This record gives sequence, C-alpha cells and structure tokens, in this order.
Amino acid sequence: MSDVHIPISQVTRVSKGASGAKPRFWRSLDELAGSEDIKVWLHREFPEKASEFTDPEGRRQFLQLMGASVALAGLSSACTRQPAEAIVPYAKAPEQFIPGKPVYFATVLSTDGAAQGVLVESHMGRPTKIEGNPDHPGSLGSTDHFAQAEILNLYDPDRSKSVTYRTETQTWAAFVAAIRPVLDAQKALKGEGLRLLTPTVTSPTLAGQIAELLKQYPLAKWHVHDPIARRNAMDGARLAFGRALQPVYEFSEADVIISLDADFLGLGGDKVANARAFSARRSFDTVADREMNRLYMVESSISVTGSNADHRMAVRAAEVEGIARELASAVGLPVEKGALPASAMAKSIVEAMIKDAKVRPTRTLVMVGETQPAFVHALGFAINEKLGSLGTTLILTEPVEANPPSAENSIEALSTDMAAGKVGALFILGGNPVATAVPESGFVSAMKDQTKVALRVHLGLFDDETSELCHWHIPEAHALETWGDARAFDGTLSVQQPLIAPLYDGKSSHELVQSLLGDSTSTSYQIVQAAWKSRIPAAANFDKGWRRIIHDGLVPASAFPAAVAKTTPGAWMQAEPASNQGDLDVAFRLDPNILDGRYANNGWMQELPKPLTKLTWDNAVLVSPKTAKRFSIPEPEGSARGSFVDRVRLEVGGQSVSMPAWIVPGHPDDVVTVHLGGGRKRSGKVGQGVGVDVQSLRTAGSPWVRSGGQVTRDGTRYGMGCTQDHWKMEDASERGLLRTGSYEEFKANPGFAQHPGQPTEMGSLYPAHPYNGNKWGMSIDLSACIGCNACITACQSENNIAVVGKEQIMMGREMQWLRIDRYYEGDSESPAVHHQPVPCMQCENASCEVVCPVAATTHSDEGLNDMVYNRCVGTRYCSNNCAYKVRRFNFFLYSDWDTNSSLTLQKNPDVTVRSRGVMEKCTYCVQRVNEARINSKNEGREIREGEIKTACQQVCPTQAIVFGDLNNAESAVSKKKASPRNYVLLQEINTKPRTSYLASVRNPNPELHPGASEPTEGEAHHG
Amino acid sequence: MAQLFPKQANGLSQASIAAGAAVGASVLLTLFLLARSGYATGAGTPYDQPVPFSHNHHTTGVGIDCRYCHTSVETSASASIPPTQTCMNCHSQIWTFAPLLEPVRQSYRTGESLEWRKVNDLPDFAYFNHSAHVNKGVGCTTCHGQIGEMPLVFQAQSLQMQWCLACHRNPEQFLRPKNEVMAPVWNPPANQLEVGMKLKAEYQANPRLSCSTCHR
Repeated sequence: MSDVHIPISQVTRVSKGASGAKPRFWRSLDELAGSEDIKVWLHREFPEKASEFTDPEGRRQFLQLMGASVALAGLSSACTRQPAEAIVPYAKAPEQFIPGKPVYFATVLSTDGAAQGVLVESHMGRPTKIEGNPDHPGSLGSTDHFAQAEILNLYDPDRSKSVTYRTETQTWAAFVAAIRPVLDAQKALKGEGLRLLTPTVTSPTLAGQIAELLKQYPLAKWHVHDPIARRNAMDGARLAFGRALQPVYEFSEADVIISLDADFLGLGGDKVANARAFSARRSFDTVADREMNRLYMVESSISVTGSNADHRMAVRAAEVEGIARELASAVGLPVEKGALPASAMAKSIVEAMIKDAKVRPTRTLVMVGETQPAFVHALGFAINEKLGSLGTTLILTEPVEANPPSAENSIEALSTDMAAGKVGALFILGGNPVATAVPESGFVSAMKDQTKVALRVHLGLFDDETSELCHWHIPEAHALETWGDARAFDGTLSVQQPLIAPLYDGKSSHELVQSLLGDSTSTSYQIVQAAWKSRIPAAANFDKGWRRIIHDGLVPASAFPAAVAKTTPGAWMQAEPASNQGDLDVAFRLDPNILDGRYANNGWMQELPKPLTKLTWDNAVLVSPKTAKRFSIPEPEGSARGSFVDRVRLEVGGQSVSMPAWIVPGHPDDVVTVHLGGGRKRSGKVGQGVGVDVQSLRTAGSPWVRSGGQVTRDGTRYGMGCTQDHWKMEDASERGLLRTGSYEEFKANPGFAQHPGQPTEMGSLYPAHPYNGNKWGMSIDLSACIGCNACITACQSENNIAVVGKEQIMMGREMQWLRIDRYYEGDSESPAVHHQPVPCMQCENASCEVVCPVAATTHSDEGLNDMVYNRCVGTRYCSNNCAYKVRRFNFFLYSDWDTNSSLTLQKNPDVTVRSRGVMEKCTYCVQRVNEARINSKNEGREIREGEIKTACQQVCPTQAIVFGDLNNAESAVSKKKASPRNYVLLQEINTKPRTSYLASVRNPNPELHPGASEPTEGEAHHG
Repeated sequence: MAQLFPKQANGLSQASIAAGAAVGASVLLTLFLLARSGYATGAGTPYDQPVPFSHNHHTTGVGIDCRYCHTSVETSASASIPPTQTCMNCHSQIWTFAPLLEPVRQSYRTGESLEWRKVNDLPDFAYFNHSAHVNKGVGCTTCHGQIGEMPLVFQAQSLQMQWCLACHRNPEQFLRPKNEVMAPVWNPPANQLEVGMKLKAEYQANPRLSCSTCHR
C-alpha cells in the first residue's frame, strides 16, 4: 500500500474549472450549453430502462420467472447435449491448405477511384478479413474503411443472383445470343449507336479490351460516369497544362499545406498514402530535425481533413475561389480579386497563410478539392508552379484513369445522344448511374423513355435502380471473385486476384466486353493473363514473372514517372471571379461512409458514426449554429430514445426535399451541406429508404454546390441515431481526458500534457498481478489520429461485431467495441476538432472484474481483462462499473444465428459469435495474441516484437495505434509510453489502464496565437 | 380440545423432514451425476460412420502413424481429417473391391466428400489447439483414449472444463516424452509424476489458466 494521501477534490479537479463555466472540450451543443438532456447519457451506461422494475408487479413477476429459470438452469445443464456435427473433409485436398491456418492472398480493391493493395485472409477458401499490403504504395499495410467493408459487400445476401431480362430469370447464353443481332447491326453502322458507360477504370486490360472494341466499332463511344471521379481536377489540368494530368502529393516535403476544399484525408484513392505521409510529420516525441507541418484548411463544408487542420476557415464556396485568387495574386499571378470572407479572423488567417507560404515557397503545397471548379484547380497548379513547389511537394503524372473524365465522355454527352435517338445499344459496366447521375443530365429520363435505346444492359453487383430501367441485368462478380488489374494513385500496377469463385455466377467487365468482341466463353483469368503476356518481358519466364506479380500484389517500379509540364498562361486566368449568389449555398458532398450510395446496403457503413456529425443511418441538412438561428432551427432534443430534431424543407432552384436538420459546430455560415447516397429506392434490405435522396437539387454544371437555397421548418419531428453523446465520460476538460497543446508549447515543454501533482503510483487493496511472460499494452497517438474510422470497421470485421440498426442506436446500444470520441474545443462557431479512439483500457485494477458475480470477466496472466461469453449471465454490473464505458451488451440476438445466409461465411472462425444477453468488449484481439503465442511456443521461441498486430493497429493509415509487450523495454509500445506526451484516462481513479494516449500536438501559426508559446503557469498546460 | 396429532406424529414429522431432505439431496445428486454422465457429455458412445473405419486395425494392427492421416496435428489448431485421397493411397492397391469401402471409392470418383460424424466435439466457444498440446508432450491418447484399441472411435473423456483444467493445473500427471506422443496405446509408467515433472521443466510446459487461453 502506498501512503500517498491526496484529497479527492485535488485528484479529480486537476485544473481550475469554475462550475458553470463553459467547458474547454465538449462533444455536443447540449454539453456546451450545460443542458440537462445529456445527463441521461452521462450517468447511465445504457440509459434505456431495460433492467429496472420500478413497479412492484413487475418485480414480483420477475422474481417468479427468475425462480423458475434458476430451477430449470440446473436441469438444462444436465440435459443439454451437444447437437450432432459432421466433419466434411475434401475428397481431394488442394495443396497448401491446412485446416485451422488461414492463408493470405495479395490482391487489389479499387474502392475509391484507385487501387489499394490488400492481403485477404482466407479460411478454407472463405475470405474473412481484408488487411493492407505493406508493399503497395496505395496501402502501405493499411486500408481505408471502404476496403474493410468490401468483405461484407461480397457476402451481401441482397446481391443480384442471376441474369435477368426485364424481370425474368435468364442465362448468360441467352444474353449472348440476344445481343448478337444488335451488335451485328451496329457493326454495319461502324458502331454509331454503340455506347459504353463505365465507372472510373484504371485497369489497363479493360482499357485495352475497350480500345479493341472501339477499333472494331470505330464510331462507338466510351463514356465515364462516377461521382468519385476527378472531373474538375482533370479539367483544371487541361486549362493549366493543356492536357489531363493528375497531382500526386509529397507530404514529406511539405511544411505548409494549404488545402482549398481538398479532403485529402477523407476521400480519394490516395487517402491512405496521404494520411501516412501527412501524419508522419505531425507525430514525434522529441523535437525532430524537420519542423512539424502546418495545415491551413479553407473549406465550404465539413470534412475529416478540416478537423485536422491547424487553421480552418469555414467559408462559402465562392470565397474558396476568392482566397485562391488572393494567394495567386500574392505570388504574382495576374488574376482578378474575388470574394473574400467577411470575418476579421478569416482575413488575418489568409494573411498569415500567405506569409507562411512566402517564407517557404518551395516547401508549400497548395491543394484543390474536387468540389471546386476547374478554374480553381488550374489556379492551384499555377500557384504551386510560381512558388516553385511543383516538382517538390506537388508532382504531376499522367492520370491513372484510362479514360480521364471530360466533357466529351461525360454522362451529359451520352444523355444528349440518347435523347436524340442516336444510341442503339448501351452497355453499363458497373456502377448505378440512374441513382447517382444528376437528374438534370437527362440520363434518367432518357433511360425511362422506352422508345429511345433499343438495348440497355447493366452489369452490377445489385439489382438496383439502373437494372430496373435496363433490359438485361448481368450479376457482376465482386472484386474478390474475379481476375482483373488496376493502378494505384501513383500508377503502380497490380493484378487483382480472386479469393473465391463467383458466389452467384457473376461476370466481370472483362468478360462482358470480351463477349461484345465476339468471345463469350473466355474467363477473366484467360483475358487478363493474355493481356499480361505483353507486359512481362519476353526474355523472362512468363509463368515465373506472373506468379511473382500475383504473389507480391504489384509490379515493382511501375509508378508513373513525374510528367514535365508548364502552365500555359491563357485566357483562362482572366475568368470572371465567382461571387456569392443569394444568401444560402447548398453544398453537396459524398457521404463519408456510403459515398454516392454504393455502400448503402452495407450495415457496417450505415452504422459507422460519421467522423464529425456522429450520425448513423441517416443524412441530414447540416447547418452551422448561426445559420440555424437564422432559419429558427432548434437544437436537437436529446433523450434516452434518440436525438429529436426538426425536419426542414430544403429548397433550391425550384426543387425541394424534406430532411432532418442537424446543427454542426464549425460548419460554414450561410451554407448547408447535404450528403449524397441517401434515399435509395432499390438497394436491398439494409439501405432501402435510409436517408433522403438529394439528387434532384443538384445541377450538372455545378454538381457540388448550388446557390440560392432556402430552408423552412416543416413542423415535423424526426429521431436521429447520433452517437456523439453516447458513452460520454464526465468533465472531459477538467479531468484531462483529452490533452492537446501547440507545437510551440511542446517545444518549450515536451511534458506539457503531464498533470503536476497527480500521483503516478497509488496503492490497491488487491494484490498486484505478477507478469512473468508478456504484458500487453497499447498506445494511441492523438497527434497522428485523423478520425478516419478505419479502425472501427476493421474491428467490426475481425471480431464478428453485430450491426444493430438505427432504432437500437437511438437507445445507445451500438455494439462497436471501439469508438472515436470527437471533441470540439472553443466556441461553437469555429471550434477545433479532436478525435480520440477509445477501446477497452484493459485496466490493471479493473473495476469490471471485481463486480462480476459469476467471474465472467477476469484478469489474464498477460494483463488482459478477459471476457468469457459462455459464463456471462448478463447482469451488466461490469459495464455499470466501467469508468470508460467500453462494454457493449447484447440486448437482443443481434448476430444472425438462424438464417442460413451468406453473411455467416464472413465470420472470423477464431472469434465466438455472441448470443443474446451477454456482455462483450474489446479483447486486444486476443485471438491474434493466442495465435502468435502458440506459434512461438511451437517454434520454441519468444513472441517477436511486432508479431502481433491488433486489427485496429494494422488498419490504421497513420499508425496511431501501437500494441506490444510492456515487459520488453525495447518494444515500440514501451517506447511510446516513455514519451513525454504519454498520459492515461482518469489516472486519479487508479484503474491503471493498459491503453494510454499520446497528447495531441497542433501547429497553429504563432503569429496568430500570440500567447501560445508561453504555457500558463501552475495549472494544467492543456487546460 | 383433544389433541389433533398423536405423540408419534413427532417422529413422523421428523422422519418426513429427513426423507424430504434425502429426496432433495438425491435429486440434486442425480442432476449432478447426470450432468457428468456419458449421456450428457457424449462420452463412451461410438457412432455409426459412413465407413466403419477402425483405428485399432490401422494403427495397432498395420502400424500407420497418426500423422499419416492427421497431417496438421503438429502445426495447426486442427489435426485435420484426411481427404478421401489419403484413404485411396492404399486402397487403390489393397481391398480395391471391398464392398465396405464403396463409399470411399464413390467419394473419390465423384469428388463428393465423405460426411463423418464428429466424435470429439468441443462447444464452439472453446478453442482447442492440437499443435500446442502435442508439441509439449501431451499424447494423443491422453484425450482421445486408447485409440489403438478402438474398432470404432468413441469420445473417451468428458471434455468438460474441469477435465481440461485438471491437466492445465497439473500437467505432470499426463506429460510423456515427445517420441511417445503419437503412441496409439499408451500407459503411464509407475513413476509418472517424477517423469512428468522432469518433462514439464524440459518442455517448458506451463499451461495457462486464464480464460482467454481457450475462450475468445
């Protein structure tokens, strides 16, 4: 026992916090306002009264029932016999399959425009989990949350299962026969009426096949439609350089990053690589040789990237261009000035930003987001060129898209042809353009017009809105089911290798195009391999080279070389400045989870709390507090049954939709944001009708913003599943849950996050646990964490975590073991944002363990708080006693145990699928720990440092999470824990958490924060 | 008022209390024994299999090593049940027309798997790893019984947690030299505890008792 005596008041109140004062860190407007509403989430882990019997009747009945079940419990344990199980070995076993040992295959997934290299875990031929491929530049061993969710898409029971003509089930052979006469007719016309419509294609093989098709049908056309495509960036490059080029960012060289609406950490095929390189310059334990980078974010909505900015300016869309023009003229480009934000603060930030850029011109990176028009992109390129950073921080290469989006190949051009009756046969190779094309493009009406296109064919994973308007629907093979190839963001080439035979006899784009070429029997494998014959040098042994590429998952040194290009000064620079039109902009953004709706039927994605709003299962009109006041939108009313908000009518350009309104601190004023992908009409059981479809509000010319909006309350109420107040821990500010400081502060005092006066060692009534072998621990670097949500999805995939649905979420019953607490700092108008992932802390003195009446949660000899599902009787005492609120309870049978659905194939066989009435929580991926331990013992050695990676650690794009052995002083996690930034949550309650945090460091411009370099005396430096 | 109960009612009531307690105790005892009986645990009952494969004949009789069929027992959690192909390695040469083996030949011809009844079946929430045990000197027969004497395999042990823990707590009772691990019939030497202690130290067989060793 230690004899340290510290009055509790001193321990729990480490910094001055006069009660009633606004907290420094807050999670919702309710909390900022000190509302009583959130108490329901604060004081009870599960606010819904599931367990309380306040009326005597209920209590008596409960006791009677319990008496009966206790009596039966003895009987049933005596009489329950195991059901008969069969063992079904192979008749002829494939080589290298060892039952009980997963095999990993390298392949690629093009989930967000470019390839991410992945290693897919396969158990006896059944892919279960996706990991990043460390050798692949688009992955570096990590993935985004979309790639994680692909495994659920593969097994989605709602996928289309057969070829259909209209609604009638047909065969591939019938389809091939049916299109033959149409193609023959087109051949005579040189393909005049033949059109292909594809999403983004980076596959050289598919591009080659289509080129061959266009050779056979010279007048045919290939159109591209993809809401994630980079049309504006390409058009910008065309303006600036005269041809389509793509930017590749070198964050390692960038000291000053200026992002003009570019969500480079949240969207795009390069986001994982960006995140790794960006955060590598933001996380260190000693003042590095290189300075910390500084991110200035100018944005007309909200984004993950904006939440990581050192300085963020929330402005209207036209003002982004105005700031770009300001920057351009500051570096000496002859452009007119544009609209600038009115606020004095924004003005001073712009000044400081320009000054910063001028101090380190070649080490500045100016990036422009896809939601900005082509002109701003062109201007961005010109500014970088003028600064001299083109070639250092910004590299130009040929675009990875085989057919970069342009006006000529757009869906608008196609729709015009369709409406004019020029199209005789339309083949849609993937995607869901009917739902994702802007109605104004005319595509949907042309598709609906039965007289126009004689043959419409759709290849797709789902029988969706597009299939409905097509004659033929062909089920598409998932990327994990078929061969192909794809390029990473930098051009690196990979072969896509299947893990499993097509579940529903799906066809790939390769096979469909090949059938148009007259060969309907070649398989994807044959097509891709034939195309690669020419790509592997003739001198080399093809089989060997091919096998090597497939094994490694990429072709070495196949990234595009930097293109040499100079901007062509021209009339484009004289473009008239955009100005603010009307008094409300409507910003349209891809949903952070379901993008344009392509993940709408994916339960993991729908249930993932969105990075900033923490909304699930919905989209909403996102509006700033000030603008909300303008339209008299009330704040959400929190309750134990969800957050209730007003629905509003959002009107723009004569179109309107009715949607819930959600107030978002830090959202630009006079702008509302709506996310795409909601209100799907034919998506499958999960996504049907979730959210609201806002396509009708968009225009083809300016798809990402529309001015002149109007918002009116329509008087109805709507419940939202928002998790921002769930699992809330009291007094985040005063108890130092989140600790953050500026770079200047860190340089002056690296230990700024330590709370003076807080005891490090406190006694315990329980004897200390000896740890003779390993002692596991985890460190989470808040400086590196960008809040991208990949860890939550990876955890869900690895640990068989159930999806519960919106109704359950509204009651605070989400099951994700890992949550990311999003804190705002400052006022509600322009707060800073912090992300804090919170898994189980695996406490040394765990409060959960001591209250379990049946010893279902116990301390392991390696320091884990084990959770034994089969022993748990569901008292929930543990969760009641958990200071960190990391335990999750199965109120219902959330996992599907009964139906024989394909989803069961996704389950990780090394983790129990939990039943109703049991508690569960983060286990530090104990199945991975056990696997490594057994392997090491079998080989007669110790577990190697780095041998065990938890699912969240492995997927983390910024490597913010480190796991390892605390008994080894040389392990990465021990070193992290020795950092001066290290701290644990709620140290004063003496739970001794195994999971600790590294305080976040931000790098605001000292000129804008004059006092920042002098940490305040005495009281906590964070506070 | 006359007495309602005669004097001997005292004895009767005492006897009935005792009898009631005895009945209660015997019900509890029955339940206790029932839960541990072969009926509840499935121990001791051989099952009909598609082919009446005899471990007795193939191991003790012919002398085939366990690992000829259970190939991954030293490397994986699963010992693995052999594919039909393994049977046919021999039975394409001998007993090629035996009617008893027709299901095997049929499986080999058609590629359809043989469907065996699982005999030693742990609940799905318990994760057992064969390699971890055989590499530490736990023999096959320790859990599977004298497999070399079984014409048809039956579950030899209760497979209940207390049975697992008996060895995890005191492995020296069961450990044997590694070269005897695969013995199809094995009886412990008279000085098992002494040998066991030595082997425990030599093999560093320190079984864990934490819940997550088997439950995850």
